Amino acid sequence: MAQSPPPTSRAAIGSLVLIAGVVAAAAGAFAYTGGFLSPERLTPPKLVGALAPPGGPALGHRRNHAKGICFTGSFQSNGQGAALSKAQVFAKGDYPVVGRFNLGTPDPNAPDATVRVRGLGLQITAGGQVWRAAMIDPPFFPVATPDAFYALLEASHSKDPDAMKGFIAGHPEFATFAGWAGSAPFMASYAQDAFNSLNAFLFTDAAGATHAVRWSYRPQAQPEPLSPADFAKLGPNHLETEIAERVAGAPQRWTLVLTVADPGDPTADPSKAWPEGRRSVEAGTLVVDKVEDERDGPCRDINFDPTLLPDGIAVSDDPFPAARSAAYARSYNLRTAEWKDYPYQAPASPAAGSTVQP
Amino acid sequence: MNAQSTRFTVLQRALHWLMAVGILAMLFIGVGMVSTVMPKYLPLLEAHKTLGIVILLLALLRLAVRFVYGAPALPAAMPAPMKLAAHLSHYGLYALMIGMPLLGWAMLSAGAYPVVLYGGIRLPSLLPPNAGLHALLWQAHVWLAFAFFALILLHLAAGLFHALIRRDGVFESMAPIAGPREGTTPAE
Repeated sequence: MAQSPPPTSRAAIGSLVLIAGVVAAAAGAFAYTGGFLSPERLTPPKLVGALAPPGGPALGHRRNHAKGICFTGSFQSNGQGAALSKAQVFAKGDYPVVGRFNLGTPDPNAPDATVRVRGLGLQITAGGQVWRAAMIDPPFFPVATPDAFYALLEASHSKDPDAMKGFIAGHPEFATFAGWAGSAPFMASYAQDAFNSLNAFLFTDAAGATHAVRWSYRPQAQPEPLSPADFAKLGPNHLETEIAERVAGAPQRWTLVLTVADPGDPTADPSKAWPEGRRSVEAGTLVVDKVEDERDGPCRDINFDPTLLPDGIAVSDDPFPAARSAAYARSYNLRTAEWKDYPYQAPASPAAGSTVQP
Repeated sequence: MNAQSTRFTVLQRALHWLMAVGILAMLFIGVGMVSTVMPKYLPLLEAHKTLGIVILLLALLRLAVRFVYGAPALPAAMPAPMKLAAHLSHYGLYALMIGMPLLGWAMLSAGAYPVVLYGGIRLPSLLPPNAGLHALLWQAHVWLAFAFFALILLHLAAGLFHALIRRDGVFESMAPIAGPREGTTPAE
Protein backbone atom coordinates (compact mmCIF):
# COMPACT_ATOMS: atom_id res chain seq x y z
CA MET A 1 0.00 0.00 0.00
CA ALA A 2 1.01 3.59 -0.49
CA GLN A 3 3.21 4.63 2.35
CA SER A 4 4.18 8.13 3.41
CA PRO A 5 6.83 9.18 5.88
CA PRO A 6 5.55 9.35 9.45
CA PRO A 7 4.66 12.84 10.71
CA THR A 8 6.88 14.67 13.12
CA SER A 9 5.81 14.24 16.74
CA ARG A 10 4.53 17.81 16.77
CA ALA A 11 2.40 17.18 13.69
CA ALA A 12 1.20 13.87 15.19
CA ILE A 13 -0.01 15.62 18.33
CA GLY A 14 -1.81 18.18 16.17
CA SER A 15 -3.43 15.33 14.22
CA LEU A 16 -4.56 13.58 17.40
CA VAL A 17 -6.14 16.81 18.63
CA LEU A 18 -7.87 17.17 15.26
CA ILE A 19 -9.19 13.59 15.44
CA ALA A 20 -10.44 14.08 19.00
CA GLY A 21 -12.11 17.32 17.88
CA VAL A 22 -13.90 15.64 14.97
CA VAL A 23 -15.16 12.81 17.19
CA ALA A 24 -16.26 15.22 19.93
CA ALA A 25 -18.08 17.43 17.41
CA ALA A 26 -19.92 14.44 15.94
CA ALA A 27 -20.89 13.15 19.38
CA GLY A 28 -22.01 16.63 20.41
CA ALA A 29 -24.17 17.05 17.31
CA PHE A 30 -25.75 13.66 18.02
CA ALA A 31 -26.44 14.57 21.64
CA TYR A 32 -27.93 17.90 20.57
CA THR A 33 -30.19 16.23 17.98
CA GLY A 34 -31.38 13.76 20.59
CA GLY A 35 -32.34 16.57 22.94
CA PHE A 36 -29.83 15.50 25.58
CA LEU A 37 -28.52 19.08 25.75
CA SER A 38 -31.98 20.70 25.63
CA PRO A 39 -33.86 20.02 28.87
CA GLU A 40 -36.54 22.54 27.86
CA ARG A 41 -37.49 20.60 24.70
CA LEU A 42 -40.92 18.95 24.89
CA THR A 43 -40.02 15.33 24.21
CA PRO A 44 -42.32 12.30 24.14
CA PRO A 45 -40.86 10.99 27.45
CA LYS A 46 -41.50 14.37 29.05
CA LEU A 47 -45.07 14.62 27.75
CA VAL A 48 -45.91 11.03 28.70
CA GLY A 49 -44.21 11.42 32.07
CA ALA A 50 -46.40 14.44 32.81
CA LEU A 51 -49.53 12.28 32.45
CA ALA A 52 -48.56 10.18 35.45
CA PRO A 53 -50.43 10.73 38.71
CA PRO A 54 -48.37 11.80 41.75
CA GLY A 55 -47.86 8.17 42.79
CA GLY A 56 -46.33 7.26 39.42
CA PRO A 57 -47.76 5.54 36.37
CA ALA A 58 -49.69 2.26 36.42
CA LEU A 59 -47.00 -0.06 35.06
CA GLY A 60 -47.96 -2.17 32.07
CA HIS A 61 -50.96 0.02 31.21
CA ARG A 62 -51.58 2.80 28.73
CA ARG A 63 -50.22 6.02 30.18
CA ASN A 64 -53.55 7.75 29.59
CA HIS A 65 -57.01 6.33 28.93
CA ALA A 66 -55.75 3.42 31.03
CA LYS A 67 -59.15 2.02 31.99
CA GLY A 68 -60.89 0.34 29.10
CA ILE A 69 -62.57 -2.65 27.58
CA CYS A 70 -62.14 -4.26 24.15
CA PHE A 71 -64.70 -4.88 21.46
CA THR A 72 -64.93 -6.27 17.96
CA GLY A 73 -67.46 -5.67 15.26
CA SER A 74 -67.65 -4.12 11.84
CA PHE A 75 -67.89 -0.87 9.99
CA GLN A 76 -70.74 -0.99 7.50
CA SER A 77 -69.80 1.55 4.89
CA ASN A 78 -72.67 2.91 2.82
CA GLY A 79 -70.39 4.28 0.08
CA GLN A 80 -71.26 7.95 0.70
CA GLY A 81 -67.81 8.71 2.19
CA ALA A 82 -66.25 8.01 -1.20
CA ALA A 83 -67.33 11.53 -2.17
CA LEU A 84 -64.62 12.79 0.18
CA SER A 85 -61.96 10.07 0.27
CA LYS A 86 -60.77 7.33 -2.03
CA ALA A 87 -59.88 5.17 1.01
CA GLN A 88 -61.16 1.62 0.58
CA VAL A 89 -62.99 1.93 3.91
CA PHE A 90 -65.46 4.34 2.27
CA ALA A 91 -66.35 1.99 -0.57
CA LYS A 92 -69.65 0.27 0.17
CA GLY A 93 -69.03 -2.87 2.21
CA ASP A 94 -68.46 -4.38 5.64
CA TYR A 95 -65.02 -4.08 7.20
CA PRO A 96 -63.76 -5.70 10.42
CA VAL A 97 -63.22 -3.55 13.49
CA VAL A 98 -61.25 -3.87 16.72
CA GLY A 99 -61.80 -1.17 19.30
CA ARG A 100 -61.70 -0.10 22.89
CA PHE A 101 -64.06 1.95 25.06
CA ASN A 102 -62.03 3.82 27.63
CA LEU A 103 -61.86 6.51 30.28
CA GLY A 104 -59.46 9.46 30.08
CA THR A 105 -57.46 8.66 33.18
CA PRO A 106 -53.97 7.31 33.87
CA ASP A 107 -55.48 5.06 36.59
CA PRO A 108 -56.84 1.71 35.31
CA ASN A 109 -58.88 1.38 38.51
CA ALA A 110 -60.40 4.87 38.63
CA PRO A 111 -64.11 4.88 39.56
CA ASP A 112 -66.13 5.74 36.45
CA ALA A 113 -67.75 8.85 37.91
CA THR A 114 -64.38 10.43 38.68
CA VAL A 115 -63.48 10.59 34.99
CA ARG A 116 -64.90 13.34 32.84
CA VAL A 117 -63.59 12.34 29.43
CA ARG A 118 -64.48 9.07 27.70
CA GLY A 119 -62.76 7.68 24.64
CA LEU A 120 -63.11 5.29 21.75
CA GLY A 121 -60.08 3.62 20.17
CA LEU A 122 -60.86 2.16 16.76
CA GLN A 123 -59.14 0.15 14.07
CA ILE A 124 -60.94 -0.50 10.80
CA THR A 125 -59.21 -2.77 8.28
CA ALA A 126 -60.15 -2.38 4.64
CA GLY A 127 -58.28 -3.47 1.55
CA GLY A 128 -55.26 -4.54 3.61
CA GLN A 129 -54.89 -1.04 5.09
CA VAL A 130 -55.71 -0.06 8.65
CA TRP A 131 -57.34 3.15 9.82
CA ARG A 132 -56.69 3.73 13.50
CA ALA A 133 -58.27 6.51 15.48
CA ALA A 134 -58.65 7.53 19.10
CA MET A 135 -61.61 9.80 19.77
CA ILE A 136 -63.16 11.40 22.84
CA ASP A 137 -66.62 12.58 23.85
CA PRO A 138 -66.09 16.34 24.43
CA PRO A 139 -67.07 18.46 21.40
CA PHE A 140 -63.69 20.28 21.44
CA PHE A 141 -60.25 19.74 22.90
CA PRO A 142 -59.25 21.56 26.13
CA VAL A 143 -56.26 23.34 24.57
CA ALA A 144 -55.05 24.60 21.22
CA THR A 145 -51.51 23.20 21.03
CA PRO A 146 -49.45 20.27 22.33
CA ASP A 147 -47.31 22.71 24.34
CA ALA A 148 -50.47 24.00 26.02
CA PHE A 149 -51.53 20.43 26.78
CA TYR A 150 -48.20 19.86 28.54
CA ALA A 151 -48.64 23.15 30.43
CA LEU A 152 -52.12 21.96 31.49
CA LEU A 153 -50.71 18.70 32.84
CA GLU A 154 -47.96 20.57 34.67
CA ALA A 155 -50.42 23.04 36.18
CA SER A 156 -52.88 20.36 37.25
CA HIS A 157 -50.12 18.47 39.10
CA SER A 158 -48.49 21.58 40.52
CA LYS A 159 -48.29 22.17 44.25
CA ASP A 160 -48.58 25.90 43.58
CA PRO A 161 -52.22 26.80 44.42
CA ASP A 162 -52.20 29.48 41.70
CA ALA A 163 -50.87 27.18 38.98
CA MET A 164 -54.26 26.46 37.39
CA LYS A 165 -55.29 30.12 37.62
CA GLY A 166 -52.10 31.07 35.83
CA PHE A 167 -52.68 28.41 33.20
CA ILE A 168 -56.26 29.50 32.53
CA ALA A 169 -55.20 33.12 32.24
CA GLY A 170 -52.68 32.14 29.57
CA HIS A 171 -55.02 29.74 27.74
CA PRO A 172 -58.49 31.29 27.38
CA GLU A 173 -59.69 28.36 25.22
CA PHE A 174 -59.58 26.18 28.35
CA ALA A 175 -62.57 28.06 29.82
CA THR A 176 -64.77 26.71 27.00
CA PHE A 177 -63.75 23.18 27.88
CA ALA A 178 -64.17 23.78 31.60
CA GLY A 179 -67.69 25.01 30.85
CA TRP A 180 -68.48 21.77 29.03
CA ALA A 181 -66.86 19.65 31.76
CA GLY A 182 -68.91 21.39 34.44
CA SER A 183 -72.26 21.22 32.72
CA ALA A 184 -72.42 18.26 30.32
CA PRO A 185 -74.36 15.30 31.73
CA PHE A 186 -72.81 11.87 32.23
CA MET A 187 -74.37 9.34 29.88
CA ALA A 188 -75.43 6.10 31.51
CA SER A 189 -73.68 3.99 28.84
CA TYR A 190 -70.75 4.08 26.45
CA ALA A 191 -73.40 3.20 23.86
CA GLN A 192 -74.95 6.67 24.36
CA ASP A 193 -71.78 8.69 23.93
CA ALA A 194 -70.72 10.50 20.77
CA PHE A 195 -67.02 10.14 20.02
CA ASN A 196 -65.29 12.93 18.10
CA SER A 197 -62.02 13.05 16.15
CA LEU A 198 -61.58 16.74 17.14
CA ASN A 199 -58.46 16.82 14.98
CA ALA A 200 -58.90 17.67 11.31
CA PHE A 201 -57.55 15.32 8.66
CA LEU A 202 -57.18 15.75 4.91
CA PHE A 203 -59.36 13.45 2.85
CA THR A 204 -58.40 12.99 -0.80
CA ASP A 205 -61.10 11.88 -3.20
CA ALA A 206 -60.70 9.81 -6.37
CA ALA A 207 -60.37 12.98 -8.45
CA GLY A 208 -57.46 14.17 -6.30
CA ALA A 209 -59.34 16.96 -4.53
CA THR A 210 -58.62 17.31 -0.81
CA HIS A 211 -61.13 18.15 1.93
CA ALA A 212 -60.39 19.03 5.56
CA VAL A 213 -62.58 16.73 7.63
CA ARG A 214 -63.42 16.13 11.27
CA TRP A 215 -65.62 13.20 12.17
CA SER A 216 -67.90 11.90 14.88
CA TYR A 217 -69.35 8.53 15.75
CA ARG A 218 -72.87 9.46 16.87
CA PRO A 219 -74.74 6.94 19.04
CA GLN A 220 -77.92 5.33 17.78
CA ALA A 221 -78.86 4.30 21.33
CA GLN A 222 -81.34 6.48 23.21
CA PRO A 223 -79.37 8.86 25.48
CA GLU A 224 -79.91 8.68 29.26
CA PRO A 225 -78.17 11.80 30.57
CA LEU A 226 -77.47 11.69 34.30
CA SER A 227 -76.21 14.17 36.84
CA PRO A 228 -72.73 13.38 38.20
CA ALA A 229 -74.29 12.27 41.51
CA ASP A 230 -76.80 9.95 39.86
CA PHE A 231 -74.14 8.50 37.62
CA ALA A 232 -71.85 7.86 40.61
CA LYS A 233 -74.62 5.80 42.24
CA LEU A 234 -74.35 3.25 39.41
CA GLY A 235 -71.02 2.04 40.78
CA PRO A 236 -67.29 2.38 40.12
CA ASN A 237 -67.17 -0.04 37.16
CA HIS A 238 -70.66 0.47 35.79
CA LEU A 239 -69.65 1.41 32.25
CA GLU A 240 -67.75 -1.78 31.47
CA THR A 241 -70.35 -4.06 33.05
CA GLU A 242 -73.14 -2.20 31.30
CA ILE A 243 -71.65 -2.17 27.81
CA ALA A 244 -70.78 -5.87 28.06
CA GLU A 245 -74.36 -6.73 29.06
CA ARG A 246 -75.89 -4.40 26.53
CA VAL A 247 -73.83 -5.75 23.63
CA ALA A 248 -74.47 -9.32 24.75
CA GLY A 249 -78.18 -8.48 24.34
CA ALA A 250 -77.92 -6.73 20.99
CA PRO A 251 -75.22 -5.17 18.76
CA GLN A 252 -74.74 -1.44 19.40
CA ARG A 253 -74.44 1.13 16.63
CA TRP A 254 -72.91 4.51 15.96
CA THR A 255 -73.25 6.56 12.76
CA LEU A 256 -70.02 7.91 11.29
CA VAL A 257 -70.58 11.55 10.35
CA LEU A 258 -67.87 13.29 8.33
CA THR A 259 -67.93 17.08 8.60
CA VAL A 260 -66.16 19.13 5.93
CA ALA A 261 -64.50 22.45 6.73
CA ASP A 262 -65.52 25.60 4.91
CA PRO A 263 -62.64 27.77 3.71
CA GLY A 264 -61.33 29.67 6.72
CA ASP A 265 -62.47 27.16 9.33
CA PRO A 266 -59.72 26.49 11.89
CA THR A 267 -58.20 23.14 10.94
CA ALA A 268 -55.10 23.54 13.11
CA ASP A 269 -56.89 24.16 16.42
CA PRO A 270 -59.02 21.35 17.87
CA SER A 271 -60.12 23.57 20.77
CA LYS A 272 -62.31 25.47 18.28
CA ALA A 273 -65.43 23.68 17.07
CA TRP A 274 -66.45 24.48 13.50
CA PRO A 275 -69.65 26.47 13.14
CA GLU A 276 -72.94 24.67 12.58
CA GLY A 277 -74.19 24.14 9.05
CA ARG A 278 -71.07 22.65 7.56
CA ARG A 279 -71.44 20.04 4.83
CA SER A 280 -71.67 16.64 6.48
CA VAL A 281 -71.74 13.12 5.10
CA GLU A 282 -73.02 10.01 6.86
CA ALA A 283 -70.49 7.43 5.74
CA GLY A 284 -71.71 4.32 7.49
CA THR A 285 -72.37 2.53 10.75
CA LEU A 286 -70.04 1.19 13.41
CA VAL A 287 -71.52 -2.04 14.75
CA VAL A 288 -70.14 -3.35 18.02
CA ASP A 289 -71.13 -6.96 18.44
CA LYS A 290 -68.74 -8.46 20.96
CA VAL A 291 -67.20 -6.99 24.11
CA GLU A 292 -64.18 -8.62 25.76
CA ASP A 293 -62.18 -7.83 28.86
CA GLU A 294 -58.97 -5.98 28.07
CA ARG A 295 -56.74 -8.46 29.89
CA ASP A 296 -56.76 -10.94 27.03
CA GLY A 297 -58.82 -8.96 24.58
CA PRO A 298 -57.86 -8.11 21.00
CA CYS A 299 -57.36 -4.39 21.69
CA ARG A 300 -54.83 -4.78 24.48
CA ASP A 301 -51.66 -4.71 22.38
CA ILE A 302 -52.89 -2.20 19.82
CA ASN A 303 -51.63 1.37 19.80
CA PHE A 304 -54.58 3.44 18.53
CA ASP A 305 -52.19 5.94 16.93
CA PRO A 306 -54.35 8.41 14.97
CA THR A 307 -51.69 8.87 12.29
CA LEU A 308 -51.95 5.27 11.08
CA LEU A 309 -54.13 6.09 8.12
CA PRO A 310 -55.16 4.43 4.86
CA ASP A 311 -54.36 5.95 1.47
CA GLY A 312 -56.93 8.71 0.98
CA ILE A 313 -56.64 10.13 4.51
CA ALA A 314 -53.66 12.18 5.73
CA VAL A 315 -52.80 14.49 8.60
CA SER A 316 -53.60 18.20 8.20
CA ASP A 317 -51.92 21.28 9.69
CA ASP A 318 -53.39 20.28 13.07
CA PRO A 319 -50.27 19.73 15.25
CA PHE A 320 -51.94 17.22 17.58
CA PRO A 321 -51.91 13.98 15.56
CA ALA A 322 -48.09 14.09 15.26
CA ALA A 323 -47.69 14.87 18.96
CA ARG A 324 -50.15 12.14 19.87
CA SER A 325 -48.36 9.65 17.62
CA ALA A 326 -45.01 10.44 19.27
CA ALA A 327 -46.51 10.21 22.77
CA TYR A 328 -48.58 7.07 22.06
CA ALA A 329 -45.47 5.32 20.72
CA ARG A 330 -43.64 6.20 23.93
CA SER A 331 -46.55 4.92 26.02
CA TYR A 332 -46.70 1.73 23.94
CA ASN A 333 -42.94 1.14 24.23
CA LEU A 334 -43.09 1.61 27.99
CA ARG A 335 -46.11 -0.56 28.65
CA THR A 336 -45.00 -3.44 26.43
CA ALA A 337 -41.62 -3.33 28.20
CA GLU A 338 -43.54 -3.57 31.48
CA TRP A 339 -45.63 -6.54 30.34
CA LYS A 340 -44.65 -8.42 33.49
CA ASP A 341 -46.49 -5.78 35.52
CA TYR A 342 -49.69 -6.09 33.51
CA PRO A 343 -52.31 -8.15 35.39
CA TYR A 344 -52.68 -10.95 32.83
CA GLN A 345 -53.35 -13.43 35.61
CA ALA A 346 -55.30 -11.19 37.98
CA PRO A 347 -58.82 -12.22 38.99
CA ALA A 348 -61.40 -11.07 36.49
CA SER A 349 -62.76 -7.58 37.04
CA PRO A 350 -66.46 -7.22 37.88
CA ALA A 351 -67.09 -6.37 34.25
CA ALA A 352 -65.42 -9.48 32.93
CA GLY A 353 -68.07 -11.81 34.36
CA SER A 354 -70.63 -10.39 32.02
CA THR A 355 -68.50 -10.49 28.87
CA VAL A 356 -69.48 -14.09 28.23
CA GLN A 357 -71.31 -14.24 24.94
CA PRO A 358 -74.89 -15.42 24.88
CA MET B 1 -9.59 -7.20 -7.14
CA ASN B 2 -6.32 -9.06 -6.92
CA ALA B 3 -4.33 -9.44 -3.74
CA GLN B 4 -1.91 -6.69 -4.72
CA SER B 5 -4.60 -4.06 -5.20
CA THR B 6 -4.26 -1.16 -2.80
CA ARG B 7 -7.73 0.28 -3.21
CA PHE B 8 -11.30 -0.90 -3.03
CA THR B 9 -13.13 -0.98 -6.35
CA VAL B 10 -15.00 2.10 -7.54
CA LEU B 11 -18.29 0.30 -6.77
CA GLN B 12 -17.17 -0.49 -3.22
CA ARG B 13 -15.98 3.04 -2.56
CA ALA B 14 -19.21 4.49 -3.98
CA LEU B 15 -21.27 2.16 -1.76
CA HIS B 16 -19.15 3.01 1.30
CA TRP B 17 -19.53 6.77 1.01
CA LEU B 18 -23.16 6.67 -0.08
CA MET B 19 -23.98 4.46 2.90
CA ALA B 20 -21.84 6.57 5.23
CA VAL B 21 -24.08 9.53 4.46
CA GLY B 22 -27.22 7.39 4.65
CA ILE B 23 -26.37 5.71 7.95
CA LEU B 24 -25.30 8.93 9.66
CA ALA B 25 -28.52 10.58 8.47
CA MET B 26 -30.43 7.53 9.72
CA LEU B 27 -28.93 7.70 13.21
CA PHE B 28 -29.52 11.45 13.50
CA ILE B 29 -33.11 11.11 12.23
CA GLY B 30 -33.71 8.30 14.70
CA VAL B 31 -32.39 10.07 17.77
CA GLY B 32 -34.06 13.30 16.65
CA MET B 33 -37.51 11.90 15.96
CA VAL B 34 -37.85 10.18 19.34
CA SER B 35 -37.07 13.48 21.05
CA THR B 36 -39.78 15.61 19.47
CA VAL B 37 -43.58 15.92 19.50
CA MET B 38 -43.55 18.54 16.73
CA PRO B 39 -45.26 17.95 13.37
CA LYS B 40 -41.85 17.03 11.89
CA TYR B 41 -42.07 13.80 13.91
CA LEU B 42 -44.21 12.19 11.22
CA PRO B 43 -42.02 12.94 8.16
CA LEU B 44 -38.93 12.01 10.19
CA LEU B 45 -40.51 8.67 11.12
CA GLU B 46 -41.45 8.01 7.51
CA ALA B 47 -37.93 8.94 6.34
CA HIS B 48 -36.43 6.70 9.03
CA LYS B 49 -38.42 3.67 7.91
CA THR B 50 -37.79 4.31 4.21
CA LEU B 51 -34.08 5.00 4.58
CA GLY B 52 -33.76 1.92 6.80
CA ILE B 53 -35.03 -0.33 4.03
CA VAL B 54 -32.77 1.40 1.47
CA ILE B 55 -29.78 0.83 3.78
CA LEU B 56 -30.75 -2.81 4.25
CA LEU B 57 -30.83 -3.37 0.48
CA LEU B 58 -27.55 -1.49 -0.05
CA ALA B 59 -25.89 -3.43 2.79
CA LEU B 60 -26.90 -6.76 1.26
CA LEU B 61 -25.60 -5.60 -2.12
CA ARG B 62 -22.40 -4.42 -0.46
CA LEU B 63 -21.90 -7.73 1.31
CA ALA B 64 -22.28 -9.56 -2.01
CA VAL B 65 -19.83 -7.18 -3.68
CA ARG B 66 -17.38 -7.75 -0.84
CA PHE B 67 -17.55 -11.52 -1.36
CA VAL B 68 -16.86 -11.06 -5.07
CA TYR B 69 -14.12 -8.42 -4.94
CA GLY B 70 -12.66 -8.87 -1.45
CA ALA B 71 -10.66 -6.11 0.20
CA PRO B 72 -7.07 -4.87 -0.02
CA ALA B 73 -4.83 -6.53 2.54
CA LEU B 74 -4.01 -4.45 5.58
CA PRO B 75 -0.40 -3.22 5.67
CA ALA B 76 2.05 -5.90 6.82
CA ALA B 77 3.52 -3.42 9.27
CA MET B 78 0.20 -3.04 11.16
CA PRO B 79 0.43 -4.59 14.67
CA ALA B 80 -1.64 -7.75 15.10
CA PRO B 81 -4.00 -6.32 17.78
CA MET B 82 -4.77 -3.38 15.51
CA LYS B 83 -5.53 -5.75 12.63
CA LEU B 84 -7.80 -7.79 14.90
CA ALA B 85 -9.62 -4.63 16.01
CA ALA B 86 -10.03 -3.60 12.37
CA HIS B 87 -11.50 -6.98 11.41
CA LEU B 88 -13.82 -7.18 14.42
CA SER B 89 -15.10 -3.63 13.97
CA HIS B 90 -15.93 -4.40 10.36
CA TYR B 91 -17.86 -7.51 11.30
CA GLY B 92 -19.74 -5.31 13.77
CA LEU B 93 -20.47 -2.65 11.16
CA TYR B 94 -21.84 -5.18 8.67
CA ALA B 95 -23.92 -6.88 11.38
CA LEU B 96 -25.45 -3.54 12.40
CA MET B 97 -26.03 -2.30 8.83
CA ILE B 98 -28.08 -5.42 8.13
CA GLY B 99 -29.39 -6.07 11.64
CA MET B 100 -30.71 -2.63 12.59
CA PRO B 101 -33.24 -2.29 9.72
CA LEU B 102 -34.41 -5.86 10.34
CA LEU B 103 -34.78 -5.15 14.07
CA GLY B 104 -36.80 -2.02 13.36
CA TRP B 105 -39.04 -3.81 10.87
CA ALA B 106 -39.52 -6.76 13.24
CA MET B 107 -40.20 -4.38 16.16
CA LEU B 108 -43.02 -2.66 14.25
CA SER B 109 -44.41 -6.04 13.21
CA ALA B 110 -44.40 -7.37 16.78
CA GLY B 111 -46.11 -4.13 17.84
CA ALA B 112 -48.98 -4.76 15.38
CA TYR B 113 -48.08 -1.60 13.47
CA PRO B 114 -48.54 -1.34 9.73
CA VAL B 115 -45.13 -0.69 8.11
CA VAL B 116 -45.69 2.12 5.62
CA LEU B 117 -42.81 3.74 3.73
CA TYR B 118 -42.54 6.92 1.68
CA GLY B 119 -44.98 6.90 -1.21
CA GLY B 120 -47.42 4.65 0.64
CA ILE B 121 -45.33 1.50 0.06
CA ARG B 122 -46.58 -1.09 2.56
CA LEU B 123 -44.33 -3.89 3.78
CA PRO B 124 -45.60 -7.21 5.09
CA SER B 125 -45.23 -8.12 8.76
CA LEU B 126 -42.07 -10.01 9.68
CA LEU B 127 -43.56 -11.38 12.91
CA PRO B 128 -46.96 -11.92 14.51
CA PRO B 129 -47.95 -9.32 17.14
CA ASN B 130 -46.41 -10.00 20.57
CA ALA B 131 -46.01 -7.39 23.31
CA GLY B 132 -43.05 -9.02 25.06
CA LEU B 133 -41.20 -9.51 21.79
CA HIS B 134 -41.95 -5.91 20.82
CA ALA B 135 -40.36 -4.71 24.04
CA LEU B 136 -37.25 -6.83 23.51
CA LEU B 137 -36.83 -5.67 19.91
CA TRP B 138 -37.42 -2.04 20.85
CA GLN B 139 -34.75 -2.14 23.55
CA ALA B 140 -32.32 -3.87 21.19
CA HIS B 141 -33.03 -1.29 18.45
CA VAL B 142 -32.41 1.62 20.83
CA TRP B 143 -29.26 0.33 22.52
CA LEU B 144 -27.71 -0.99 19.32
CA ALA B 145 -28.33 2.40 17.70
CA PHE B 146 -26.10 4.02 20.31
CA ALA B 147 -23.57 1.20 19.90
CA PHE B 148 -23.70 1.73 16.12
CA PHE B 149 -23.00 5.44 16.48
CA ALA B 150 -20.11 4.72 18.87
CA LEU B 151 -18.67 2.18 16.44
CA ILE B 152 -18.94 4.69 13.59
CA LEU B 153 -17.06 7.27 15.67
CA LEU B 154 -14.38 4.68 16.35
CA HIS B 155 -14.25 3.84 12.63
CA LEU B 156 -13.98 7.54 11.78
CA ALA B 157 -11.20 8.07 14.34
CA ALA B 158 -9.33 5.01 13.07
CA GLY B 159 -9.66 6.17 9.47
CA LEU B 160 -8.26 9.59 10.33
CA PHE B 161 -5.54 7.95 12.43
CA HIS B 162 -4.47 5.95 9.37
CA ALA B 163 -4.69 9.02 7.13
CA LEU B 164 -2.90 11.54 9.32
CA ILE B 165 -0.59 9.64 11.61
CA ARG B 166 0.19 6.15 10.36
CA ARG B 167 -0.01 7.29 6.72
CA ASP B 168 -0.02 3.64 5.67
CA GLY B 169 -2.47 3.80 2.75
CA VAL B 170 -5.39 2.24 4.65
CA PHE B 171 -7.44 5.45 4.46
CA GLU B 172 -6.51 5.93 0.80
CA SER B 173 -7.83 2.44 0.04
CA MET B 174 -11.36 3.69 0.70
CA ALA B 175 -10.89 7.42 -0.06
CA PRO B 176 -13.52 8.67 -2.50
CA ILE B 177 -10.88 10.08 -4.87
CA ALA B 178 -7.28 9.06 -5.33
CA GLY B 179 -5.01 11.01 -3.02
CA PRO B 180 -1.83 12.75 -4.20
CA ARG B 181 0.22 9.84 -2.92
CA GLU B 182 -1.68 7.26 -4.89
CA GLY B 183 0.55 5.32 -7.26
CA THR B 184 3.61 7.47 -6.71
CA THR B 185 6.68 6.89 -4.70
CA PRO B 186 6.79 8.88 -1.50
CA ALA B 187 7.94 12.42 -1.94
CA GLU B 188 11.12 13.82 -0.35
